[in-house]
This record gives sequence, C-alpha cells and structure tokens, in this order.
Amino acid sequence: MTTITDPPKEQFRLSMLLNDTRYRSLTFQFIALLLLIAAFAYLGSNLITNLRAAGLNISYGFLGEPAGYDINQRPIEYTSQSTHLRASIVGIINTLIVAFLACVTATIFGVIAGVLRLSKNWIVRKLMAIYVEAFRNVPVLIWILIIFFIMTAALPSARVYLGEDPERDLFLGLFAFTNRGIVMPLPVFQPLGWAVLGVFIASVFGVIAYRRYATKLLYDTGKLLPMGWPSLAILILPTIIAFYLLGQPITLDRPDPLANRFNLQGGVTILGSLIALWFALAIYTGAFIAENVRAGIQAISKGQTEAAASLGMRPGRIMNLVILPQALRVIIPPLISNYLNITKNSSLAIAVGYMDVTGTLGGITLNQTGRAIETVLLLMLFYLLISLGISAVMNVYNKSIRLKER
Amino acid sequence: MKKSVFLGALTVAGLAAGAAAAGTMDDVKARGTLNCGVTTGLVGFAAPDSNGEWNGFDVAVCRAVAAAVLGDASAVEFVPTTGKTRFTALASGEIDMLARNTTWTFSRDVDLKFEFVGVNYYDGQGFMIPKELGVSSAKELDGATVCIQTGTTTELNLADFFRSNNISYEPVPIETNAEAQQQYLAGACDVYTTDASGLAATRATFENPGDHVLLPEIISKEPLGPLVRHGDNEWGDVVRWTLNALISAEELGVTSTNIDEMAAGTDNPEINRLLGTEGTLGEMLGLDAEWAMRAIKTNGNYGEIFAKNIGEDTPIGLARGLNAQWTDGGLLYSPPFR
Repeated sequence: MTTITDPPKEQFRLSMLLNDTRYRSLTFQFIALLLLIAAFAYLGSNLITNLRAAGLNISYGFLGEPAGYDINQRPIEYTSQSTHLRASIVGIINTLIVAFLACVTATIFGVIAGVLRLSKNWIVRKLMAIYVEAFRNVPVLIWILIIFFIMTAALPSARVYLGEDPERDLFLGLFAFTNRGIVMPLPVFQPLGWAVLGVFIASVFGVIAYRRYATKLLYDTGKLLPMGWPSLAILILPTIIAFYLLGQPITLDRPDPLANRFNLQGGVTILGSLIALWFALAIYTGAFIAENVRAGIQAISKGQTEAAASLGMRPGRIMNLVILPQALRVIIPPLISNYLNITKNSSLAIAVGYMDVTGTLGGITLNQTGRAIETVLLLMLFYLLISLGISAVMNVYNKSIRLKER
Repeated sequence: MKKSVFLGALTVAGLAAGAAAAGTMDDVKARGTLNCGVTTGLVGFAAPDSNGEWNGFDVAVCRAVAAAVLGDASAVEFVPTTGKTRFTALASGEIDMLARNTTWTFSRDVDLKFEFVGVNYYDGQGFMIPKELGVSSAKELDGATVCIQTGTTTELNLADFFRSNNISYEPVPIETNAEAQQQYLAGACDVYTTDASGLAATRATFENPGDHVLLPEIISKEPLGPLVRHGDNEWGDVVRWTLNALISAEELGVTSTNIDEMAAGTDNPEINRLLGTEGTLGEMLGLDAEWAMRAIKTNGNYGEIFAKNIGEDTPIGLARGLNAQWTDGGLLYSPPFR
C-alpha cells in the first residue's frame, strides 16, 4: 500500500529573504526603496527646516500682485499693471509660439535633408551630410547666439527706413527688414472681411472634396481628372470674387515710416529674437530629424522600391507613396523626442531676450519677487505638462499610422 | 528621471543648508579668503584688468573688508554675478557679501532677507541715446526701443516712468552690460537705460564717447551699496563699519599716504579710535585694533577710491555730486566712531 503524502510544506523562514533566490531580489528592491524614501524625507525636512530658519515660507500669493515690468511680445493684452500670473501666461504663449514654429520648420528641414542625404547626386548627398554634422555637433545655444548676432550686425537699424526721404524704401512698400525684426503689414478685417475669410475656408474644404472625388473616380472608373489647376482655381477664385463683391473689406495696416522717429509704427513686427530662436532651434533639431528620416527610409526593404519601380512609378512618387508612409512608423517615435527637445530648448530664449516663460516667470518675476523655489517648481510643472501633452498627441498619431496586423 | 529629481532635490537642499549656516566671519577666517560677489564686468566699478586683477569702485570695498578681517587685501575670491544670479548667490552662501552696484530697496531688505550695510554710491537711473537722434529729454522717447538689463530695479522704474508720462516703448531685455552695449551700438535699440554711473562707465568704453549723450532726466533714486545676508549681525557689522571707516577716513583727512604718520597717534581722538590707538573698537567687532587702518591702507579712503576708479580724471569722469561728504554738500555721512 502506498500512501500519498503531501510534499513537506515549506516553512517560511526569515533567512530565506537573503538565501532564497525567489525572495532575494524583492528584499534588495525593498531595501533600496526604503533608502530612497529616507533620502527624500531627509532632504525634504532639511529644506523645510532651513527655509524656516531663514524666515522664508512657500507661498504663491505673488502671482496675484502687479508684475510692474513690460514684455516686448504680447500675444494677449498685457501692461505693466497686469499680474505676475498674466505675465507667466504671456510667457507660456510665447514659448508655445516658438515651439510650434520650430517644430513645423524643423520637420520640413529634417525630411528634406534626410531624403536628400540618400540622393544619388554626390554633391547634394555630401552637402546634406555637412549640414547634419555641422549643426548637430555644435550646441544649440551657440547657434541661437550666432544667428542673433549676425542678424543684428548684418541688417540695418530701423532708422534707415524712417523719414520723408529714407535711405531705404520699404520692400514692395510693405516689408522692412531691420535688426530689431521684420516689420510686415497686418490684415485688418472689417465685419464683411470675416465673410471673405469664411469663403476661403470653405474653398479649402472644397479642394479637399474635389481631390477625394477625383481619387474615387480614378479607382472606380480609371478616369483621370486633372488635379493641379482645378484645385488652384477652387482655392483662389471664390475668395477673390467675394473680396471684390463685398467691396474690399480687408485692408492692410502697413508699416508707417513717418509716424515716429525711432521705429516703424503699424503693421506687425516679428522680433529678431523670435526669428533667431526659431531658426536656430529649427536647423539644429532639423539635423537630428534628418538622421531619423534617413534611418527610417533605410529600414524599408529595398524590395519595396524595386517593386514600385517595376510597376512603372517615378522615383518621386515611389518616395512619397511607397517609402515614406512605411518609413513613418520608424520615424515617428524618435520624432516625438525631438519635438520635446525643441520645446525644452526654447527655454534658452533669454539668451537673446525673447520673453518665453523662463524669461517672464523664471526670470523677471523670480527676480523681482525673490520666490525662487515657487517659480522654479511652477516652471517644472509647466514644462512637464507641455512635454506630456506633446507625447500624448504624437502617440495618438503614431498609433494611427502603425502597421495594422490582421 | 528618478535620478534627476533626486539630484535636483539635493541641489535645493544644499542651497538651503548653506543659507542656514551662521557665523560668516568664522567661515571667512577659516577659509582664509573672502568670497565677494561683483558684476560680470563694468569698467570702473568691477572689472578685471589686463593682468586678470579685479579693479574698481565696488572691488575696493571687497578688498577693504578682506584687509580688515583677514589682514590681506588680496585674499578675495571674486565671484561674477548677473542681475539675476546675485541674490541667489548671496542667499545660498556662495558669496559672503555682494558689492555689485545693487540698489537698496524695501523689498530686497525686508522680503528677500538681506541686510544693506550702507550706501557707497548714490545713483539714479538715466538714459543714454545717440546724439544724432536729437533727443533732449526722456519725455520725447515715445515709441523708442529701450535696451534694459533684466532682473534689475531699472526694469520697474522704466515701466513706471513711461506709464506715468503716458508714452510707449518697446523693451529689449538683456542679460549683461556687455550684451547691452553690443545691441545698443548695433542700433538694435535706440536707448540704453541703467544707473547713470553705469551709463557713464559704459560710454567711456565706446570708440566715440562723444557721439552719445546722457539725457538730463534721472528717473529714480538708486542708492547702491554692499549687502550681506539677514540674521548674521556680527558679519553685517564688520562690513558696515569697514565701509564707514573708508567714508570717515576721508572726512577726517586720513589718506593712504599719511595713515602711517597718523597711526602713531594724533590730537584728534576720533582718528585715534578709528586707527586703533585709542579705545577698543576693533575688539568690539571681533577684530584686532588695526582693522580699519588696514582697510584704509589698501586703496585709500573713500575719496581716493572714487577718484582712482570713477572720478573726473578717469575715462568714466563722474563728478562727486551727491557722493561728496556731507561737509561738502553731499550725502555721505558716516556715523561717528565712538
């Protein structure tokens, strides 16, 4: 007779925490966690004790007080009597403006340079290699400064455009390129002007609809409608007709060289500091994006190109319709981190006096109120939120173009 | 991520730990050098010369304090600070004192927890503009582009001045004096505004100083002086009375040339107390009897320091004006050494 006995029930002993491989790693992780918590608790209590000893406290009351300083680029209403909070918001919007512009431009530069780096033309290929190596191997701060200094040194002062008989005339009577920035006319909308804008937006949708229809017709019947000139006509003609029918309701606020002896008045000025920062971030990050694009394209099997070519497609179409859509899957994830880099690097704005959030909240407000810890914490929170936001949006896009396996 | 947060917290805690340390005088003596915060370079006030030696009006105060406390005027570590970094540097204990033409204001004294030990230059904010623009008053500056050092009281004064006169301007914020100079000379801004003394110093370095004028308006009171951290009164006293010793020395006619003679004893009891031949003033400060003598010997008295660095015979060419002794109609008035 056999008796079936249970395997001896293993008693848990304390020594197993160290000797048993099943528990050992957990033990060490737990100890590490405890040490980490203790370290943070020590630092935190140290901070609080020392702040108290110095008679300082953490308070965000300063955000409601008048800022007292002026900002040169004001996307929203702001005067020196506005609050520090409003100054921070102006700074945040300025950060977003430069980050958005630089992201778009960097992507364009990057894609063009990345594709051209694989060109069959030796000169083009080498030129792009030089661009990538030169720009990504020099710190972006240096690029920002050099572009800014070249701009201020190379372009004339605003004064040459001023007066009855200026040294220089406005370009086309509309634009002035000065070392303070580019002055350009600003469209002014009368009430009916918005209707013209509405017609234009409707035209854009019209073009999209037409192209969809043409594609559908091509797939269904094989009939090829012309794409280029009808699109252009739909885009422009209705707007022009509406503009004249409604009695030219959009006028231009032109730069006026006579109003003031210091500056051109009227129109809109794109500050030199914005241009320098934007351009520097774009070409610097563009070089990184170019490498991502190149890697993405090279990750696509050569068979795809050959297969497309054997169908009779032209090289440009192969790139646009076959290679790039597939390469995007490889390109997007590193592109996200490049966008994050642009946003974070935009905090170098103060080097050229562009008032981003680091310049307003983290610069002047910090200095005038002396609330260093509070403002820096706010800044960290802001950049964290923006970065997570960009990541979230780009991840959604990444999911939408991911290879769908069935 | 975790690591960077950790390091960040470490930095903050480190800063705070520094702030809590009292007994600056003991620290300075133990270290053997004085860490003195100065500008990143403003000729006449604080700038390194061709040999890398720091020189200037503010630098002289640092050297006098080092001479009084350590007995060696060269035992100073000069820490260049910008308008933005100066207060953090002082609050964190990175520097023992700040002599960086800093304006004494209520909020800096009370809210930022600093101790201004006195005024070594009575200044006011002015405007510099190219002569060719033909401007004769700051009230004609409507629409001008103004270069301004960020993180300073001038920024706030400027906003107030233009608002109260109901005229507009475009600010161009600049980090350092050197950058402001470059922008101003390139014409990227029409006007440069900062303390009038700073403007004079900056103009002195231009190729053609005569092409630029200082406008007559002085739009603010800017009492500039050295400062220390709140809460360490012994150290505050040392810096305060070193400055007062320099000012008193001028009033009493003690100069770097006749000080040895006077140290032998004079008929004037105040001079004797100042130079330590009578009374125990040095002991009360926690220093030896000859502290003030060493401080004055370093660069001379206040008047000598002024004349050598920024006075009328220098390229900067500032008149004494408000900074004359009270006996000459100025504002300099040291409390008595008694």
